[in-house]
Amino acid sequence: MLTDRMKWFTKGLGDGIPIMLGYFAVSIALGISARNAGMTAPQATLASALIMASAGQYIGFTLIAAGASYLEVMVMEAIANARYLLMSCALSQKLDPALPLRHRLLMGLWITDEIFGVSVSVDGLLNPYYVYGMAAVATPGWALGTLTGVVLGNALPARVVSALSVGLFGMFMSIFVPPARKNRVIAALVVISFAASYAFNALSWFNGISSGMKIIILTVVISLGAALLFPVKGEDEHAA
Amino acid sequence: MQRNVYIYILGMWLVTYLIRVLPLTLIRRQITNRTIRSFLYYVPYVTLAVMTFPAILTATQSPVSGALALVAGLALAWFGGSLFQVSVACCAVVFLAELVIK
Repeated sequence: MLTDRMKWFTKGLGDGIPIMLGYFAVSIALGISARNAGMTAPQATLASALIMASAGQYIGFTLIAAGASYLEVMVMEAIANARYLLMSCALSQKLDPALPLRHRLLMGLWITDEIFGVSVSVDGLLNPYYVYGMAAVATPGWALGTLTGVVLGNALPARVVSALSVGLFGMFMSIFVPPARKNRVIAALVVISFAASYAFNALSWFNGISSGMKIIILTVVISLGAALLFPVKGEDEHAA
Repeated sequence: MQRNVYIYILGMWLVTYLIRVLPLTLIRRQITNRTIRSFLYYVPYVTLAVMTFPAILTATQSPVSGALALVAGLALAWFGGSLFQVSVACCAVVFLAELVIK
C-alpha cells in the first residue's frame, strides 16, 4: 500500500514537470497583469499558490483593480471557474467509492485544466497520490511564474514566453489524441469540438460571453449530444 | 472605503475551492445512469479539445507558429509520443518557427 502511494506520487512528480514548465510560462503573463492591477509580489504569488486558475485569477485581478466589491469578485470567480464543477463530476467517477473524505477534500485543491486532464486519463481508478505528486511540482511553477511576472514585468524575451506557453496545449493533445486514434466517436468529437470552438470565437454574436462560459457551453452541448447518440458500453469506459 | 487585497484573494480562493471540491465529495458512488456515465466519459476529451483550438493560435506571437505547433503536436501524439515529448516538441516548434518568422 505504502509502495503503491510512493509509486503514484513519484509518477506524479515526473508527469508534473511539463505542467510546471507550461504553468511557469503562462503565469508570467498573469503576474504582469497582477502588477498592472497594483498588486504586490507577495499578494500575487499567494493568490496563484492558492487559486491556480488562469482565467479566474485574471478576471479577479482586473476587477480588484477596478475597485469592484468583494461579492462582485466572488460571483465573477464562480462564473469564470464553473468548468471545474464538470471536471470534478467526471473525476468523482475515477475514484474508489471508499476513498476517505480527507483525500477528496485535499485533491479538490488542485483540479486545474491540466492536472484534471492528466488525472482523468489514468487507466482504472485514480490514486490521489498521483494528483499530489503533480501538484507538488505544478504549484511552485504557477506561483513562481506569477512572481517572475510581477518582478520582471515585460523584461523577459517575448519569444521565450511564447514558446513555453504552447507546452500546455501539447499536453492536452497528448491526452485526447491517443483515445481519438482508437475510438472513432472520440475522433469525430475532437473535430467537432475544434470547429465549434473556432466558430464560437469567430462569430461576433458570442463576444459578450466569457471564455470560461464558452468552454462550459460547448462541453455540455457536445458531450451530451455524444452521450445520447453514442452511449458508452461498460467496457469502453475503463479506457478513459 | 479601502478594501483589503487579502480578503479578495481569500474570497476568490473559497469560491474556486467549493466549485472544485463539492462534486468530488458529494458524488461518492459510481453513477449507474448510462447517459450520465457516457456524458462524463466524453467531457474530458471535448473540454480539452475546445480549450486547445483556436486558443493555441493566439497563445504565440504569430498564429503561424501556433498552427505549426498544433500540427506537430497532433502528429506526434497520434504516433505515440508521451505527454512530456509532445509538450516539449510543441515548445521547440514555436521557438524555431519564430526564429524564422520574426
